[in-house]
Amino acid sequence: MGPLSDEGLVQLLDADGTRVGDPDWEPYASHLTPEALRLSWRLMTLTRAFDAEATSLQRQGELGLWVSCLGQEAAQIGSGTAIREPDYVFPSYREHGVALTRSVDLPQMLTLFRGLEHGSWDPAQHSFHLYTLVIGAHTLHATGYAMAMDRDGLVASGQPDKDGAVVCYFGDGATSQGDVNEAFVFASVNNAPIVFFIQNNQFAISEPTTRQSRVTLAQRADGFGIPRVRVDGNDVIAVHAVTQWALRHARAGQGPVLIEAFTYRMAAHTTSDDPTRYRSHADEEKWRQRDPIARLEKHLDSLGELSQEYRDEVAAEAKALGKRTRETVKSWERPPLLTMFDHVYAEPHAQVEAERAWFDRYQQSFIDEGSHA
Amino acid sequence: MTDTTSGSTAVERESAVKTMTMAGAINAGLRAAMERDDKVLLLGEDIGQLGGVFRVTDGLHKDFGGDRVIDTPLAESGIVGTSIGMAMRGYRPVIEIQFDGFIFPAFNQITTQLAKMHYRSHGAIQLPVVIRVPFAGDIGAIEHHSESIEALFAHTAGLRICSPATPQDAFDMVQQSIFAPDPVLFLEPKARYWDKGDVDTDAVRTRLDDAAATADIGRARIARPGTDVTLVAYGPTVRTALQVADVAADEGTSVEVVDLRSISPLDIPTVVRSAKRTGRVVVVHEAPTAHGVGAEIAARVGEEAFFHLKAPVMRVGGFHMPYPPSKFEHEFLPNLDRVLDAVDRLMAH
Repeated sequence: MGPLSDEGLVQLLDADGTRVGDPDWEPYASHLTPEALRLSWRLMTLTRAFDAEATSLQRQGELGLWVSCLGQEAAQIGSGTAIREPDYVFPSYREHGVALTRSVDLPQMLTLFRGLEHGSWDPAQHSFHLYTLVIGAHTLHATGYAMAMDRDGLVASGQPDKDGAVVCYFGDGATSQGDVNEAFVFASVNNAPIVFFIQNNQFAISEPTTRQSRVTLAQRADGFGIPRVRVDGNDVIAVHAVTQWALRHARAGQGPVLIEAFTYRMAAHTTSDDPTRYRSHADEEKWRQRDPIARLEKHLDSLGELSQEYRDEVAAEAKALGKRTRETVKSWERPPLLTMFDHVYAEPHAQVEAERAWFDRYQQSFIDEGSHA
Repeated sequence: MTDTTSGSTAVERESAVKTMTMAGAINAGLRAAMERDDKVLLLGEDIGQLGGVFRVTDGLHKDFGGDRVIDTPLAESGIVGTSIGMAMRGYRPVIEIQFDGFIFPAFNQITTQLAKMHYRSHGAIQLPVVIRVPFAGDIGAIEHHSESIEALFAHTAGLRICSPATPQDAFDMVQQSIFAPDPVLFLEPKARYWDKGDVDTDAVRTRLDDAAATADIGRARIARPGTDVTLVAYGPTVRTALQVADVAADEGTSVEVVDLRSISPLDIPTVVRSAKRTGRVVVVHEAPTAHGVGAEIAARVGEEAFFHLKAPVMRVGGFHMPYPPSKFEHEFLPNLDRVLDAVDRLMAH
């Protein structure tokens, strides 16, 4: 079975918005009330609105770069809503939807893309680690963190509500990295409580998944002795269900799980990319038909659970988020230059201190001359 | 952390002085750190029942168990990367990389992640990870087992790099590195593992209670005072420099030896003060001189002591080539004759 196969995907909501029966996975979705589904729809809608705003801010020259998650909202919100307080998340750099589920302030995230700082939120406060730009490097941090959670008695404690696990997100390209494969080894032999979550959006910049693998990415897990599941990544209900299962497995001390969410990156890799050079409009159109938000919308409509009032409310919220994002980004000024010397080390380091002092004197010399620093 | 008491009597202090090899001193230092704080974990390949290929962790697996002295999979990037995650939860991982030449699979984790996380997180995440590396040559080894890797890492801000030259420093500095809040690359001169020296096992204990005291691993020491020439060395070349000083003394030249102890940060003030006293400086390291630590020191001495210098700063070190087969290493390394030659040339000024 090739890496782009549609076969064997867990699906609970088809592209037309019709619920699909699956006795194996239904138990992990049965708690999803219409209210919970509406929340997922709302979070996906807000993620998309924020994403669109960030894209246009980049085009206006307000951001240096933007990394869109357009089309991947179900993979992110479906999994993000299965994560709870004791869990800890290691994202790559496209998990804006997951960030939303972790209560990260989305506009604040843009300091990274405006070139103001390398990390925009307090990881501990949100149990959501900073973005890691080196592909796959964070999978090892996540594994080590999970091993430490196990050591700290936060797994299989006998109190299931208190148990936690790690969820680590990465893409199809990352699965080729040595670090990711080493993470599988360490997680496996140490029985680490970690869920590896691949968002297979079918492209590593321009390279299709067929350049990374001959088999489905989920199959990679077999050689490591890690249970795996492949899910329709545009089906928010199925993604939620498999993540729920995987997290319970990990929290109960049964070790790592690999999830492959098969989805599609509807936008460019980043705003610097040009997808017209490597993929067809027909392909894009095919996936547009599988849109994750439209799919859930149809389902909620068929249930009569998406009132116009609620739609208007969410639309207003999305608009307000866009406005606040614009205003926030445009209000930022560069912090004082000397702050770039902060936090290189935890303790004073002679080289850094000497250079900071020199730079300060250099800056002051302009001020003393009455020029602009 | 368990409490340690200070104010021991002179008799007790004397009984705390033991003769040890450097390998034994590091072993004792690791043991002391593990007893002090149960968050200290040792990780590496073959460090458990085998006790490490140099037996530096000998006996620790037996006494602390496999949960704290962890035989890892054979994957350097994996060891460093997972240690980063464990450090994020408050552990103090102490990694043994088996040999210097095998650290490069972990180069990415060390330079893009371990060194930069504190800066990236505005200080929210500290990673007190120690990476112990048996480094440098002179043991007749095959390829990849005699590398001097310090300059490759010294260029990366966020890492501290140090190298002890004596058993006392090895015992003290390994503990200070473990309890320092920053990641430390701890370079152990493997050819000096079996050198013996007196070790006061009490001296460092009380200092570890003071967080700022860990910073003194960044300070150089005058290993031997002199007036004519300053030899700057660290790790394995300190012993060479001291031997040079003995021979030079017989020839009427007074050589001062500065043991850097730390490569990042460099204790430039101590080096500059010595340079101003003697007016002549030679930097001695095993690593190739091109683009090396010696070049940094020469530049800094030139900037800060130019008018005190009687001669250009010189460097004696390896050549710009892969570490040669071991039958050639004694000519590749900064041996007694090559350093003495540099001293003679400086004394001609």
